[in-house]
Amino acid sequence: MGGYILKRLVSAVPVLLGITVIVFLIMALIPGDPATAILGSYATPENVAKLNADLGLDRPLWQQYFVWLGNMLTGDFGTSFALNRPVLDEVLERFNATLVLAGTAFVLCAVLGVAAGVASASNQYGAADKLITFVVLLGISIPSFFLGMMMILVFAVNLRLFPVSGMWPIYGDRDLSALISHLTLPALALAVVATGVIARLARSAMLEVLRQDFIRTARAKGVPERGVIWRHALKAAMVSIIPVLGIQAGFVLSGAVYIEIVFQWPGVGRMLVDAILRRDILLVQGGVVFVAACYVLFNIAVDVAQGLLDPRIKT
Amino acid sequence: MMAFLRLLARNRLALAGGIVMAAVVLLALVTPLLPLADPDVTDTANRFKPTFSEGALLGTDHLGRDLLSRLLWGTRLSLAVGFAAAITAATIGAAIGIVAGYFGGRIDNVIMRGVDMLMAFPYILLALAIVAALGPGLMNALIAVAAVNVPFFARNIRGITVGIAHKEFVDAARLSGLSDLRIITTEILPNVVPVIVIAMSTTIGWMILETAGLSFLGLGSQPPQADLGSMLGEARSALITNPHTSVVPGVMILVIVMAINLLGDGVRDALDPRLKSGALSRPRAATTVKRDGPVPAATGAGLLEVQDLRTEFHVKGRSYRAVGGVTLNVKPGECLGIIGESGSGKSVTALSVMGLVASPPGVITGGAVRYDGEDLIGAPYARLREMRGRNVAYIFQDPLATLHPLTRVGDQLIEAIRVHRPIGAKEGRAKAIDLLDAVRIPNAARRIDDYPHEMSGGMRQRVGIAMALANDPDIIIADEPTTALDVTVQAQILALLDDLRRSRGLAIVFITHDFGVVAQLCDRVAVMYAGRIVEEGPTAAILDTPTHPYTARLMACVPELGAGKRRLEAIPGLPPVVDRLPVGCAFADRCDRTQPDCRAGEIDLARHGARAVRCLHPVTPLREAAE
Amino acid sequence: MTAALTLTDLSKTFPVGRTLFGRSTASVKAVHPITLTVERNETLGIVGESGCGKSTLARMLVGLLEPTTGTIEIEGAALDNADPAVFGKRIQYVFQDPISSLNPRKTIRQIMEAPLKRLHGLGRAQRAERISEIFASVNLREEFLDRYPHEFSGGQAQRIGIARALAANARILILDEPVSALDVSVQAQVLNLLADLKAEFDLTYLFISHDLAVVEAVSDRIAVLYFGSMVELGPAEEVFRAPRHPYTKLLADSAPVVGRALKAPEGRETELPDPLNPPPGCAFAARCPRASERCRAEIPGLTEGAGGSAAACFHPLA
Repeated sequence: MGGYILKRLVSAVPVLLGITVIVFLIMALIPGDPATAILGSYATPENVAKLNADLGLDRPLWQQYFVWLGNMLTGDFGTSFALNRPVLDEVLERFNATLVLAGTAFVLCAVLGVAAGVASASNQYGAADKLITFVVLLGISIPSFFLGMMMILVFAVNLRLFPVSGMWPIYGDRDLSALISHLTLPALALAVVATGVIARLARSAMLEVLRQDFIRTARAKGVPERGVIWRHALKAAMVSIIPVLGIQAGFVLSGAVYIEIVFQWPGVGRMLVDAILRRDILLVQGGVVFVAACYVLFNIAVDVAQGLLDPRIKT
Repeated sequence: MMAFLRLLARNRLALAGGIVMAAVVLLALVTPLLPLADPDVTDTANRFKPTFSEGALLGTDHLGRDLLSRLLWGTRLSLAVGFAAAITAATIGAAIGIVAGYFGGRIDNVIMRGVDMLMAFPYILLALAIVAALGPGLMNALIAVAAVNVPFFARNIRGITVGIAHKEFVDAARLSGLSDLRIITTEILPNVVPVIVIAMSTTIGWMILETAGLSFLGLGSQPPQADLGSMLGEARSALITNPHTSVVPGVMILVIVMAINLLGDGVRDALDPRLKSGALSRPRAATTVKRDGPVPAATGAGLLEVQDLRTEFHVKGRSYRAVGGVTLNVKPGECLGIIGESGSGKSVTALSVMGLVASPPGVITGGAVRYDGEDLIGAPYARLREMRGRNVAYIFQDPLATLHPLTRVGDQLIEAIRVHRPIGAKEGRAKAIDLLDAVRIPNAARRIDDYPHEMSGGMRQRVGIAMALANDPDIIIADEPTTALDVTVQAQILALLDDLRRSRGLAIVFITHDFGVVAQLCDRVAVMYAGRIVEEGPTAAILDTPTHPYTARLMACVPELGAGKRRLEAIPGLPPVVDRLPVGCAFADRCDRTQPDCRAGEIDLARHGARAVRCLHPVTPLREAAE
Repeated sequence: MTAALTLTDLSKTFPVGRTLFGRSTASVKAVHPITLTVERNETLGIVGESGCGKSTLARMLVGLLEPTTGTIEIEGAALDNADPAVFGKRIQYVFQDPISSLNPRKTIRQIMEAPLKRLHGLGRAQRAERISEIFASVNLREEFLDRYPHEFSGGQAQRIGIARALAANARILILDEPVSALDVSVQAQVLNLLADLKAEFDLTYLFISHDLAVVEAVSDRIAVLYFGSMVELGPAEEVFRAPRHPYTKLLADSAPVVGRALKAPEGRETELPDPLNPPPGCAFAARCPRASERCRAEIPGLTEGAGGSAAACFHPLA
């Protein structure tokens, strides 16, 4: 197992490098030059040229890439000109908030999605199956930002059960109960879509597995139906569910961008959108690379989980 | 195509989705012709008019613009962008996927590494980076959404293409002289298109959501032009004071995406051949029983008694009579062979005994199965479960498919014991090793921790047998247990089964299509054809003097080792389809002894002594054969 | 007269396992060098159990796989590039699974026309005429031509597969388990049809199967494959009646035969050798009752015996 983890970690290196290349190339496409953007349109040509030289922008593209990559490896992601703050500090602080939101939502959608899928499949065409199928369809059809807005309207504004927005109360203690009350609505709104996708997949994976010969063997042994579903079928179905959990984690992270905007959550998604609108390129670059790298590491964890479940993979 | 549309229309939800979608598309198409206010003209004096106000059916927004007009124009824009993104992504992705999947090797490696790289981003990061580079705007949002979806399509289509490219018909096309390009266009593409359509129909809604999302963030359509997403984005600041400006575009997105998803599910169901055949139904814990006729009384013949058993498959209004009245019995310690060709009903008969016929579509419609006099067909599930594996155990055909792939064989053995009696971990393990020893697996104590895929076919089948022995059953039903095995391994497994039966006094019901196997293992044999027993009796007697023409001719078809090069006997024609069985003898059309009375009506199984035959004009008269 | 097919040192090695940089870490010898001649109008049977390399061998013969070493000569002419279109005119293939060898989205007519058009460039009228002729020889009705593959039973589909192979006008057919997916009553129909076609069109067959009795019934000579090597080659009536290689004897003794008592021909419970880690000597040595030290160290070559059979064994029976 240790060898397998190591192998996966090593194979992640080219992926991480590829990510930095892609991000760098996309950013290099940006028309106009950053110095003008920073100094404003009244800057003198000399000032622009000097800043370009300071930033290393007068060198060939590949040199710029390696300088940028080398800086990042030493923890220097540059400085956000709009915030006048090191990019890494800003990203780390914001990513923390995103992790709380997206992590909660991911756990919710994984547990609820798999449970709903299993319940649906083991009850195919029954009332519970139909209800779950309908709710799931609604879930995957509603834009998460619209759902979030409606939740604010109903649960925060009208029923006053939860705060309208933010991560912490403006006045008062920053304790766990404050966090939970602020977290509930955005985490739910974020989890809904992924729950739907996972539930649909879990249902069809279960139906697929329940037709397999080894399920008939389990029944022929006299295994009670509950054991057949939860011990035999779900275990085998997890082989196709786990990779989707990995993909859905990416969708949850993506959806967090909308939810952070709607709920004024101080996360990395909102930071990125603001940075794009302000054309704060270094912040966008740094933020994207950082989050993507974290996602790659998460997917390695998913692969390892898959390897633990399925002994056929490890060879 | 018509068949596809008919299938689609039969799905009521998909039909509803289709109707809603058609209405929305129609509305979007005629929007320029409708007498609507200009969607972009501001009138701040009339801002935030509520719904149903004069001159503005849905009210106005924060700049006093008519919401209905903006909604329709926005819908038009959102639909166009969503569809365009979906088609672009599907076309590019499918092309990449087909090329990678068909050519394989290095091309595949390079392309898929690139795809993996793109999929390593949470998709929105990539979309944001692209929009950041190209600048906000609807066209750029479209490009971003299409671009992030290309890898999903490419990977999906590649997987399908690899499967098809390894099919034998592609090799055949190559040998017919087709070039790579022609193979891709005439052999691969027609088989991939349904998958592309399915993938597109299930992601198009999601693409509309995504473009709306980028607009919502202010990165898509720029003011004053509005799509549904940017309408929602602009309305957000007035969410609490004037919720209707948010609800109107939000509900519209929901309606559109839901309609597309319903339609997409319908398209998928109609195009997916597995769903078409109804195969994706979950089999119940026990076969459905719908017995109309009277239950035959126990006769006390044998430990296991099958009496006039009828099992049917009900598929889409048709019933296939897989088993049409089979009567059999097995005495303790006896080995009964059931022999027949595919579709003769031999396996279904065997699976019906413990209610293991997949249901739906299987239904037991008549007869009884008695174990020690107790009727199992009418028994409640709990009783059936209790007896499965403890009184009657099964061995199945393909030992790789019939063992759980992710569980160690030892744990599967221990579970087989534990479901019938509580047993400690240590005792369970010891018992499992005993069982593996009993089926002569070398190094049982070590191999108990193997997974099924780590064993050879023969060893796996030994595990299957060990599992059947776990609770010392009286009867083992073996459903073609050696068909998937090589002949040298088959010989070992048959010898093992024979030893076990003699040393443990087991009764075995052995299903096979091989006369050689029957001859070596079974005391008695029943020959099945089209769901019925056509001949039954002691094995040696039947092999020596077959009476039913089918038995005689089937035996003649089988080449025997040691007879040298020769012409084989053949039976012309095919077995009848079991949803349209002829009146009278099912073999009449292929038989050379057929008389008019063969087709006149039911023919009973005539018995004499140990022999029985269902034929009016047997090859050897039954009485003669029995003596 | 030149032989229909001559193989010289034909072998195939597959790379397995990959390092991070795409280099293979090991290799599996699926087919050890085989030298073999098939005479015109002969049926050569090839038997072996799963994993013995018989399908790999067959796919090399029609250019679907490129050999690692060795040459293939058809009617005296060498074919050294693996191009199925070049092979297709001279040697054709009939597949094991009759249904999956027909494209489900093409009509039978389209399937039949492909080789006539692509390999022989026939015009429309000529194609229709050829198809009629071929369909008449394989006992198929012409009304089948406008149907799709899923409408046919296994036996009918296999006839269509044979008809397609005939359409290429090749004189050598590789029959890869052509009847193992069929029921016995239908299997006999197809085997007899193959025998008739052989006489009618002066064909040469390579008949691959795991079923000893079927191979014996159709072949003139039989080659026995074990673990990628040919271990015995001889006249069909001799090979199983008087086997010389211990493996051939084991095969013959294992086949269930009416009237023979059931006993395990092998006392020990054995498994095939590991292809990634092949034994240095004879691959059968670990299972062989006659194995000596020499067998475990040295690979035996094929040597001819008295009855006309050649066996790759240091201690042959008889």
